[in-house]
Amino acid sequence: MDLAALRERVRALGGSGRSIALGALAFGILVVVPVLNVLPSVDSSLHVPDYLIPLLGKFLCYAILALALDLVWGFTGILSLGHGLFFALGGYAMGMHLMRTMSGEGVYRSDLPDFMVFLDWKKLPWYWLGFDSFPFALAMAILVPGALALSFGFFAFRSRLRGVYLSIVTQALTYAAMLLFFQNATGFGGNNGLTDFKRILGYSLRASSTKLGLYVATAVTLIGTYFLCRYVTSSKLGRVLTAIRDAELKIRFCGYQTTHYKLFAWTVSAILAGLAGALYVPQVGIINPSEMQPSSSIEIAIWVAVGGRGTLVGPILGAFLVNGGKSWLTSSFPSAWLYALGVLFVVVTLYLPQGLVGIGEALSARWRMRKSA
Amino acid sequence: MGRLSARILAATLLVAIVFVAAPGRAGPHGVLEQALVDLLSDSGDKAEEIAGKLADLADPNALPALEALCDERLRKGPDGTLYIEGQDRQTITYAVTGEKATPSADALGKVEMSNALRRAVLPVLAQLRLGSPDRQVRLAAAEELAKRGSNAVAPLLRNAHDHEKDAGVRKALALALAQLDLYSENRERRLQALGVLGELGGAEMESELVRLTSRGDDGRPLEADEQVRTAAAATLRAIEDRARVVGILRDVTHGISLASVLLFAALGLAVTFGLMGVINMAHGEMLMVGAYVTYSVEVFFDQRLPSFSHWYLAAAIPIAFAVTTLLGILLERLVIRHLYGRQLETLLATWGISLMLMQSVRLLYGAQNVAVSNPPWLSGGVELAHGWVLTYNRLAVVAFVVVVATAVWSVLRYTTLGIKVRAVAQNRAMAACLGVPTARLDAWVFGLGSGVAGLGGVALSQLGNVGPELGQTYIIDAFMVVVLGGVGKLAGTVSAAVGLGIINKLVEPFAGAVLGKIAILLLIIVFIQRRPEGLFASKGRVEA
Repeated sequence: MDLAALRERVRALGGSGRSIALGALAFGILVVVPVLNVLPSVDSSLHVPDYLIPLLGKFLCYAILALALDLVWGFTGILSLGHGLFFALGGYAMGMHLMRTMSGEGVYRSDLPDFMVFLDWKKLPWYWLGFDSFPFALAMAILVPGALALSFGFFAFRSRLRGVYLSIVTQALTYAAMLLFFQNATGFGGNNGLTDFKRILGYSLRASSTKLGLYVATAVTLIGTYFLCRYVTSSKLGRVLTAIRDAELKIRFCGYQTTHYKLFAWTVSAILAGLAGALYVPQVGIINPSEMQPSSSIEIAIWVAVGGRGTLVGPILGAFLVNGGKSWLTSSFPSAWLYALGVLFVVVTLYLPQGLVGIGEALSARWRMRKSA
Repeated sequence: MGRLSARILAATLLVAIVFVAAPGRAGPHGVLEQALVDLLSDSGDKAEEIAGKLADLADPNALPALEALCDERLRKGPDGTLYIEGQDRQTITYAVTGEKATPSADALGKVEMSNALRRAVLPVLAQLRLGSPDRQVRLAAAEELAKRGSNAVAPLLRNAHDHEKDAGVRKALALALAQLDLYSENRERRLQALGVLGELGGAEMESELVRLTSRGDDGRPLEADEQVRTAAAATLRAIEDRARVVGILRDVTHGISLASVLLFAALGLAVTFGLMGVINMAHGEMLMVGAYVTYSVEVFFDQRLPSFSHWYLAAAIPIAFAVTTLLGILLERLVIRHLYGRQLETLLATWGISLMLMQSVRLLYGAQNVAVSNPPWLSGGVELAHGWVLTYNRLAVVAFVVVVATAVWSVLRYTTLGIKVRAVAQNRAMAACLGVPTARLDAWVFGLGSGVAGLGGVALSQLGNVGPELGQTYIIDAFMVVVLGGVGKLAGTVSAAVGLGIINKLVEPFAGAVLGKIAILLLIIVFIQRRPEGLFASKGRVEA
């Protein structure tokens, strides 16, 4: 069987080159990494060491977050500098659940979380009620960011807050929330946040099997998010979103309620970010207000920009590359990382408006042209 | 153990002084020295009594020794003679006579200072200082006595009060006296004291007065004398009323001070963002650079031109302006020029620049905050009322921002450059057609905006510490000011800064700083609902 026939057969299966690559990527994330973690012996060169699993899981969470931002920025043209807030809210919901499941096991052996004992609180505040239950916490990880995004978006989009103005207001919102969460009196552990978690759904968080389980759950969520975003962006609604990005006035004059479309994308995006946060916390083991720093939110934008906004593969790629680079640089050349990040911001916006996916596409187009010529 | 041995030592020393060393220093000084030695050898339970004796002596010669004791500069020779080590840690003098002494510092033992001893000595010290010719010393002494005086000093205070000529010290003395008289045997004196407190007293007197007016656990009033009770209640009311008014005035002045800072951060932004529509996330870092330039200039003056070091600020202002202007022009030419019309990209790119600037400063100056000291002519302040102090550095910043804002406004209003800038802001294409060099103008305006931020950095360095994150603290608030004030109008920026500053400080006492910030943010979002174009809508270009 020659190559042309193989390609023909793949095309018959309904896939282009790109979806094959995607399938391979998904297969690699979902199957190959876990299998290589479990099967080969520890000293085999194919073995994925245990410490890498939570790190990769963290990157997967970032990839979900990047997809969420891409949905509003890359496709709808709203640059949010507040996705760190939604991410952190989801994370806090999960963190609160994890704190509740270990009541009585803290340093003070109290029913309350340690920091509340420390503050001399006698009773659980009302907003902590219900977090004993995992489904409730998961629902909150989705509903709280969603509700906040819905109400904020409603007022912001209604008053035609757009472009950089919206970006700045979202940044201010996140900043204000950070200050709020930094306070001990808010009841979320102040600047230490929530940490020292023991187990999730009865499984110890220290066990490598739990870590792998969380990794797989995150990978499944990422793939689900990808398909959701693909479904949304390729639907008619998605076309309207793209049209809003490119010429909001025109599309409004065509009779579309742009506010509603934007609100939809914005809320879905916030929910996805919250979900990413909820998956992030058990793998990283801590959630604190620094996740709401303006700089963390704006960093998400660079993941998306590096990969290529307005594409669905780009953000995933960008999240992995930038965070991988960050992990490497901050350990080997700590003072160089912020320079690298700064340069990345400038270079990508000046020279790579379409990101890495854009380069790839340009190269393949040139290759195809040369071939046909 | 240590205390016991100290006692034995002291006793031995006493004997030594009396029998061996006494011939050389008999006479009036002997009594004083005796009292001092007694004081030091006491284990703490009789310290007050002995201190009282010292106070009765009222010998100004005791002052240096007691001061040295409090500063832990008092030294004891092997023969028990007391010496004072000078501030410079070099010169040694006899504690009592003040004459120069020769023993080397190494041969002298330290005199231990216990808390009980310190408590006993401080009022005595204050009492002796009341006779000082220096106004500041007398004032501090009066305040010390108000806090820790005993009934025994009342006559002395009364005497000092009657002879005092300086109004400020007189007031402090009257307050101290009133606080002592409050518990006098004499009813007239108590009522009079309450009257004085009602006129001059501050919030620190409230707990005392509340005690006088409240009832004990058995339901009976704590104060037996009814007349005193009613007078105390009236005094309490007067003090509270005054505190409320002063509190509001103080909040307003703090608000104006905050407003001046916000305006400095927002003024340059109003030019670059408001007029040119270029969003610059590195604007805060221009403030930071300005502040660090000030720091460098200060260090340079301290090292190279120490005789002019008080005037480093005068040099820092133009240098900071020049550096940040240049930096702004560079930034515009190298990066922002390529991104016109793509605001979101400009936002990201300038954010990257701000990261690099911050990191550079961290590498150059360290990640820790540095302190820029106020020149002497900016330190201190004027106390307008009890608890309401206007510091000179804040006053200077307010004045400076007024000058800079007026200058920016005049440049935009009256110069050719300003006319061209406004033309470009209203209609870029048309202005270009009429021969305005828009590209060069952009660079100039961007430089101007950055330079103004640099001046803001000079101002900020006078108010607090300077750190790499300085700009980040203000940038969000500054953007809020520009958004609220409306794009393209300096008047809007000014009123938004003043409004936000004052509201911020007025809300803070009720809600706390954080909730205040959140409340203001919500307020801005609600406000934008009503007037999307800001306080002062520009009639010029508003991009669709």
